[in-house]
Amino acid sequence: MSAADKNYTEAQYLEADQYQPRTRTGRIANYVDQRVGGTGIVREFGRKVFPDHWSFMFGEVALYSFIIVVLSGAFLTFWFDPSMATTRYSGSYAPLQGVDMSTAYATALELSFDVRGGLFMRQLHHWGALLFILAMSVHMLRVFFTGAFRKPRELNWVVGCALLILGLGAGFTGYSLPDEVLSGNGLRIIDGMMKAIPVVGTYLSFFLFGGEFPGDEVIPRLYTLHIFIIPGMILILIAIHLFMVVVHKHTQYPGPGRTERNVVGYPVGPVYAAKAGGFFFIVLGILCLISGTFQINALWNYGPYDPSPVQAGAQPDWYIGPFEGVLRLMPGWLGPIPLEFVIPTPWGGNSVATPVLVPMIPIAVMFLGMFIWPWIEAWITGDKKEHHLLDRPRNAPTRTAVGAATVTFYCIMWGMGSNDLIATHFQLSLNDITYWSRVLIFVGPVIAYILTKRICLALQRKDREIALHGHEAGIIEVSPDGGFHERHKLPSEYELWTLVSYEAPAPSGPRPNAKGKVTRVEKFRAALNRMFFEDRVEPVSRQEYLEALEHNGHHDGATGLEAAQSQEQITAGHSGRH
Amino acid sequence: MKALTQKRRHPFAFVALLLLGLLLTGGLYAAATTVNEAQASNLPEGYTSEQVEEGERLFVANCATCHGMNAEGTDAGPSLVGVGAASVDFQVGTGRMPMQMQGPQAQQKPPQFNEEQTAQLAAYVASLGTGPAVPEDEYLDVDQGDPSRGGELFRINCAMCHNAAGAGGALTEGKFAPSLHGVEERHIYEAMTTGPQNMPVFNDANIPPEDKRDIIAFLKTYENQGTPGGFSLGFLGPVSEGLLIWTLGLALLIGSMVWLTSRSS
Repeated sequence: MSAADKNYTEAQYLEADQYQPRTRTGRIANYVDQRVGGTGIVREFGRKVFPDHWSFMFGEVALYSFIIVVLSGAFLTFWFDPSMATTRYSGSYAPLQGVDMSTAYATALELSFDVRGGLFMRQLHHWGALLFILAMSVHMLRVFFTGAFRKPRELNWVVGCALLILGLGAGFTGYSLPDEVLSGNGLRIIDGMMKAIPVVGTYLSFFLFGGEFPGDEVIPRLYTLHIFIIPGMILILIAIHLFMVVVHKHTQYPGPGRTERNVVGYPVGPVYAAKAGGFFFIVLGILCLISGTFQINALWNYGPYDPSPVQAGAQPDWYIGPFEGVLRLMPGWLGPIPLEFVIPTPWGGNSVATPVLVPMIPIAVMFLGMFIWPWIEAWITGDKKEHHLLDRPRNAPTRTAVGAATVTFYCIMWGMGSNDLIATHFQLSLNDITYWSRVLIFVGPVIAYILTKRICLALQRKDREIALHGHEAGIIEVSPDGGFHERHKLPSEYELWTLVSYEAPAPSGPRPNAKGKVTRVEKFRAALNRMFFEDRVEPVSRQEYLEALEHNGHHDGATGLEAAQSQEQITAGHSGRH
Repeated sequence: MKALTQKRRHPFAFVALLLLGLLLTGGLYAAATTVNEAQASNLPEGYTSEQVEEGERLFVANCATCHGMNAEGTDAGPSLVGVGAASVDFQVGTGRMPMQMQGPQAQQKPPQFNEEQTAQLAAYVASLGTGPAVPEDEYLDVDQGDPSRGGELFRINCAMCHNAAGAGGALTEGKFAPSLHGVEERHIYEAMTTGPQNMPVFNDANIPPEDKRDIIAFLKTYENQGTPGGFSLGFLGPVSEGLLIWTLGLALLIGSMVWLTSRSS
């Protein structure tokens, strides 16, 4: 409801129109307000309520670090020249003086050594980029593990996924700009991947690089993508993302008084807005601290790009690590059989570089799965309801287990991206790490799935135990007849709310369609549904709770009574969700 | 000649021939061995015979277990004939030899012999056969080197294994290229000429002594310039940077988030 929707009488309009503030400040404020409509905006947004939890702030960190990256990046554009024209370096970095290099590299060096504050801004830009993608990733993990992507937020989840992909694109294009050996190696891998695509690969590569790699056009092209197209798309998607957050309202963790129909938290104005605004400066402060103390991408080490050398320890930034890792993981030969083969064609044959192509499949499946997970889960569970209350990860054991398996899969690829450093720093054999990881990449996710699911179920049982019998107080009592017994402290009503308010549906089984036929697809869905819900710990029902209270009452009546009084509200809150 | 043809059927002719043959072979053999001995007893340039003798004593006591009594090599260690003084100066001078234990690669440790003893060992090994000598001071003087040329040579020839910043890197099966930070000029040079462990040999035809000096000049310039951007994080590139943002960065963030939301509902 904005102010414009309300019906005002003619007199009220006149009064508002002719209102004359008495002070100077008042007159200025009124002048602006009449033209901008600030009152309406503040009335609408200032009263919006946001739930307060630290884990909800990763999205904010992503937004703030993006702003910091844009601002520091704008600073860099004043000096950086993305040209691949050859120049002879004559700046102040002695070990490169007189060396032929591209203008891009020379200006990046100039920024680092001859522009006041340039090195700091470069480091701020780079550290900010690492943090931007880190914050997005952790934010997505939070959203996934708490089930915040469920109806009605599926589309916003997709927007978020697209933002992550764009973030990777922005990062990679930026990483490649300075045109030194390290980033050139990265581009060479991209070139190799493109050329591995059968038939059209070479053409694609020639199209991107404007001829044979490395050519002299790719840096300016990446620059356009990096400073204009990708950030523009990110900005648009951020706007859509935030707009949808306002429309959907924020989710909240289950807790006392929190239901599917309300939002419990702080209004935006004034405290929350001040906190959020202040948080920007905290993020900026942390980034400045890191940028001022830790060197990042010391591009003067690598030297001007030359396609022949690949230096030890050549790795991409962390978010491209899994892509690198999966390539290192993939064998080129299986025993005596080469995995690369040639398709005979009339014009001579096309080689298919399977060792480069195959590793892209798990990556593609992972990202595709990320995009469509909300629909996969809704299809399996048959859940069509809106969800504004978050799941505690333990209360959705299968989803949490799937997430953990995926994270494990990612981490193994990620770790393999730095297998050489693992080898040197832990004094292991590089070959052995690779062989073991080839097994682990298949076995690890399965182990993670099983373990996580068991841990979740165990935690749920523990919750149930606490709800019904209370916490162990650590006080042992001896009864007159000599029996030993530990006193239990029943949870408070607030705690109880969190412990019992969740759903654990039973497997639903295959349902016939409109024609009364159970299709094969439906059977498959039912099988997945069974996998999802077969192992379940039911939340404490009102009946169970009352029985348990009665049982506990024999031991400590006072606490039991207190809990019994609050019990009305608990079950009311629980049933109110349906 | 007639006398010879007549006497060739003389009963003693065979004996005379045999004697002649034996004398010739024996003489040749004796001559050959003396030549060999003359070579072996050739003093390597810059060393005294006392050093060689002392070196042999040290060698027998400390090295012969693996390298054999005459440095001819055993199953446990290679022959040292012809490896030269530079090799000994590097391996012993950096503490890699005597080896602590058999493994993929000799590990560096505090040197077991002092300068004098190292020189004696080098003299002994150099006396076994010609090989690369300890470099002259002229080629170790970094002030005469060109660091930017050296940098280019380093990136083309060395950075593949030793990392662009000389921080070292992994090789196969537990072998590795060590960090070059803090390595003495002489040892860098000797490593290039002798190719210790898994390192290839960069002989003077491949990289002339002046170019080696340039490379050393680059490494020393790099070492002395410090890190312009703050802590180096081990010169390891993006991996240690990623690790830092995921540990320190994330910890600082979560800390501030928890602090900001600590006084909520």
